[in-house]
Amino acid sequence: MAKRTTSTAAKGAPVYIVDGSRTPQLKARGQPGPFRASDLAVSAGRALLLRQPFPASALDEVIIGCVMPGPDEANIGRVIALRLGCGTGVTAWTVQRNCASGMQALDCAYRNISMGRSDLVLAGGVEAMSHAPVLMNEAMVKWLGDWNAAKRLPDRLKLLGRLRLRHLSPIIGLLRGLTDPVVGLSMGQTAENLAYRFGIDRETMDAFALQSHQRLAAAQDGGLLADEIEPLYDPAGACVLEDDGLRRDSSVERLGKLKPVFDRPYGLVTAGNSAQVTDGAAMLVLASEQAVKDHDLKVIGRIVDCEWAGLDPAEMGLGPAYAMAGLLKRRRLKIEDIDCWEINEAFAAQVLACLEAWKDADFCKRELHTRSPLGEIDMTRLNIDGGGIALGHPVGASGARIVLHAARLLERIEGRYAMASLCIGGGQGGAMLVERG
Amino acid sequence: MTETEKFWRTERDADGVESWILDVPGARANVLSKAVLTELEQLVAAAEAAPPKGIIIRSGKETGFIAGADVNEFLVMNASIDVVHEHIRWTQALFDRLERLRCKTVAAIDGFCLGGGLELSLACDYREAVDEPHTRIGLPEVRLGIHPGYGGAARLPGRVGHLAAMDMMLSGRALSARAAKRLGLVDQAVPLRQLVRTAKALVLEKPRSREPVWWQRLAGNAVLRPIVAMALRKTVAKKARKDHYPAPYALIDLWQRSAGNHARMLAGEADSVSRLLAGDTSKNLLRVFFLQERLKGLGRGGSFKADHVHVVGAGVMGGDIAAWCALRGLTVTLQDQSPERIAPAIGRARALFQKKLKLPRLVQAAMDRLIPDVKGIGVARADVVIEAIFENLEAKHALLKAIEPRLKDGALLATNTSSIPLENLAEVLDDPKRLVGLHFFNPVAQMQLVEIVRSRFTSEEVVADATRFARQIDRLPLPVKSSPGFLVNRILMPYLIEAVRLEGEGVQAEAIDGAALEFGMPMGPIELADVVGLDVCLSVAEILAKALGTEVPERLRSMVAAGNLGRKSGRGFYQHRKGQVIKGKYDKGLFVPADLTDRLMLSMLNEAVACLREGVVEDADLLDAGIIFGTGFAPFRGGPLHYAGDAGISTLRKGLDVLSGNYGDRFRPDQGWSSLEGEA
Repeated sequence: MAKRTTSTAAKGAPVYIVDGSRTPQLKARGQPGPFRASDLAVSAGRALLLRQPFPASALDEVIIGCVMPGPDEANIGRVIALRLGCGTGVTAWTVQRNCASGMQALDCAYRNISMGRSDLVLAGGVEAMSHAPVLMNEAMVKWLGDWNAAKRLPDRLKLLGRLRLRHLSPIIGLLRGLTDPVVGLSMGQTAENLAYRFGIDRETMDAFALQSHQRLAAAQDGGLLADEIEPLYDPAGACVLEDDGLRRDSSVERLGKLKPVFDRPYGLVTAGNSAQVTDGAAMLVLASEQAVKDHDLKVIGRIVDCEWAGLDPAEMGLGPAYAMAGLLKRRRLKIEDIDCWEINEAFAAQVLACLEAWKDADFCKRELHTRSPLGEIDMTRLNIDGGGIALGHPVGASGARIVLHAARLLERIEGRYAMASLCIGGGQGGAMLVERG
Repeated sequence: MTETEKFWRTERDADGVESWILDVPGARANVLSKAVLTELEQLVAAAEAAPPKGIIIRSGKETGFIAGADVNEFLVMNASIDVVHEHIRWTQALFDRLERLRCKTVAAIDGFCLGGGLELSLACDYREAVDEPHTRIGLPEVRLGIHPGYGGAARLPGRVGHLAAMDMMLSGRALSARAAKRLGLVDQAVPLRQLVRTAKALVLEKPRSREPVWWQRLAGNAVLRPIVAMALRKTVAKKARKDHYPAPYALIDLWQRSAGNHARMLAGEADSVSRLLAGDTSKNLLRVFFLQERLKGLGRGGSFKADHVHVVGAGVMGGDIAAWCALRGLTVTLQDQSPERIAPAIGRARALFQKKLKLPRLVQAAMDRLIPDVKGIGVARADVVIEAIFENLEAKHALLKAIEPRLKDGALLATNTSSIPLENLAEVLDDPKRLVGLHFFNPVAQMQLVEIVRSRFTSEEVVADATRFARQIDRLPLPVKSSPGFLVNRILMPYLIEAVRLEGEGVQAEAIDGAALEFGMPMGPIELADVVGLDVCLSVAEILAKALGTEVPERLRSMVAAGNLGRKSGRGFYQHRKGQVIKGKYDKGLFVPADLTDRLMLSMLNEAVACLREGVVEDADLLDAGIIFGTGFAPFRGGPLHYAGDAGISTLRKGLDVLSGNYGDRFRPDQGWSSLEGEA
């Protein structure tokens, strides 16, 4: 039985989304990519700030979500703020709520603005997953401690004799980060749990994954992401313009051939129907009514509300089902009121499970406390331009990316409400409701 | 403090340690003039009589320790070898007395410590330097055609070792505090906050200074010295010819003769430096130094200061201008039609930052300041907007028209055009007064000169702001009139064309370039044409040909038509591989015309005289400065017009008469020669 948390900021002053930009998302290719986390955020942020009518120093604060900043990026929010030329007087901080860190940053900005503590905030998320640390194991660290303590040559020789090959086996930070420390399951295994519980088969997952690639391809071809993405320029003199994880050659057959990676050898979740490991950043400017007036800002949307939910870590992928339900209930909205949905695709199984859950009368009654099932989300309104499976899921950034994209989408389809939601490793869900203009 | 102290201030602290603080009144930087040294002599005498517990020598200036000897006094003194010799011997004796004081002495260096400043520091027991980028320590005397004379050549090998010392003195390069610490030149490299504490600790605790490593000492061994000297001469010969630049060779001779013997080294320094100072090379290099100071001075005064520069056009010039501005601390937006066009410029900028800034933190900050801006948003925020797109009047008109209404009040609007008259560009502007030329040279990071081009319309205020901006980014501004080719390209072009013509006549390219190198040019004209790009040469040549009524050789046209564009296409007059020119052997058996050098150099000089007569620049000195810093024209000759004066105006004019008799009108002496003859 899951327990909901309730946002207290629901009745505050309005909070506007002024503008936003993100980097192209770069698929991790087995070694550190050309950009560290702060490089990514600075790249997206400086282009965003350049086009604002106010100077960077006019910001009240900078809030950044990031799960694993690099070793030289302690309080990466502050590093980014200073590198963006905000000046020493603009405060900055970093938040971490795993996969929803970027959304958490927006929620923090939203709360501070609606409470009247801030007027103009740069908020967003960033992750350079390809730079995730590789650590020494504990035996090695202990050995090094002994080595430093040993001053005499005989002692040191003795220590050398004790050094074994196993001392050198590293800890891959990324794998540990994607494994739940409480229930001991990898994120992929939690998705297998959901597939099992809701009876989602491999074909449906792969079809969903294929659709994600096809939709992203269509969006790229139509230039629909151009006002959202700022190119990345790497030190070698090349530039990246689009999300590079897209597989235009993807097909049901190709996806069908992939082997499961989490529950080997007969599981369902493959690399093809999971989100890609990716580097990226998304940054937004949020403003109060006063700031909009002061700087004569054009706004693209408004953050109406935000909701967080907790659930069983072994089923963390259902997070959106809980969080979105809570948000709709508080705002007295129905499924039909939402013009577009951005549910982050951590795993095809997980998104599909959320949809199934809302159709399941028993689940809705017991878990979401509704008398009747919430109903069916129209697939043509869900992840219209593809999602994490095609363009990747840089964990700290995705929460900010989907809110930015939802706001842009509302403009494009001339809708009123958009829902952005994601599941969170450790058993949580986050949802943010955006209203146009 | 006593009444007589004008330059040095002394303080004594509770522990009896004395600070001697040099603060030359009215000067921006401390220099060791005769008067400063005379007052130092009094301090030394007092310390000899009653030694304090220790002495800290430092600067009272905001920036810089001691920039060197007083170069102005050189000019006065080099009237007589004897006066110079006597002054050097006296200074050497003073530094010897400082070195022999019974208490410990330390030079606390913050900022520039060059030439005589370092030689004074070397006479102290210890040196320490503030570990900041502004600290530069070196002996740059060779750049003025001399070598260290206040005991620097005698003392430096003992501190850093023979090879390192010779390298420093022969190259004239300055070291950072950290590099100086690594070499053992300074005992400590410290943050400013620890400068005085460290100084006190050194003089009171008297630690042993580090000795040079054994192989550095071995190099000075009397038996090995001739071999080492030979190797040094060979290295120097790659950079400077002995007949053009005698100073490094004199230093090697001195070292080979006397290294290790303090008294003989000092005597040798004095003999050699006083002789060098009397020579033409040194006189001309001093002239170049003062010309440089004059150009620097042009940007003084006024309040214009840019924070943000917007560059349109991310090609070789635009991209490199943007990178240079970011390197110098400005926020830069760089615009071009697509990210793909901007990206290579970002790559080049990164390489530049890495080379110049080294520290990853500083490289990152510079990269963060350089912002690609496809949409041109930066125009409205910029204090300076520089147009550097391709040379096409219509395209530039459209661009300038779009930019003008978006400019901030008081923002500079500049063009980097090299061939389009500014008047033509300005005609589409609502306010033609504000357009100014900022004409950079390629490669931007190496060429110090920027021509500040004013049209008939350009206001004086705009010219002054542009000049000030050039100084802000540490370039040398040269105000020129907007006439075809401005100054540098106009004077360079007849020389390049003549070289191409000679090559077309069958003269070996290596022979042509050889003649120019012999004269003292840093690179031969044929190679230069290849490096600049034959297509670029052709387009500039054609514009100038139209304006000045000269001819463009067919050879150049056919090369470009065949796609042989020089270095960038891998083939021009020479073959190029990986940016390296492949030259053949200079074949003496082949035909070399006797008037080869005359045809090259007189083409250039004749054009220089024409530019002076037409008032393209204000005066002959500025013209010389422009050509030296814009083309690398043989600095030891002091500039083309100065050289003309030395060589004899009427001789050169007669030479032109002969050439025009043989080759036609292009060598007809300009009318300007007559007025020069009148002056001579």
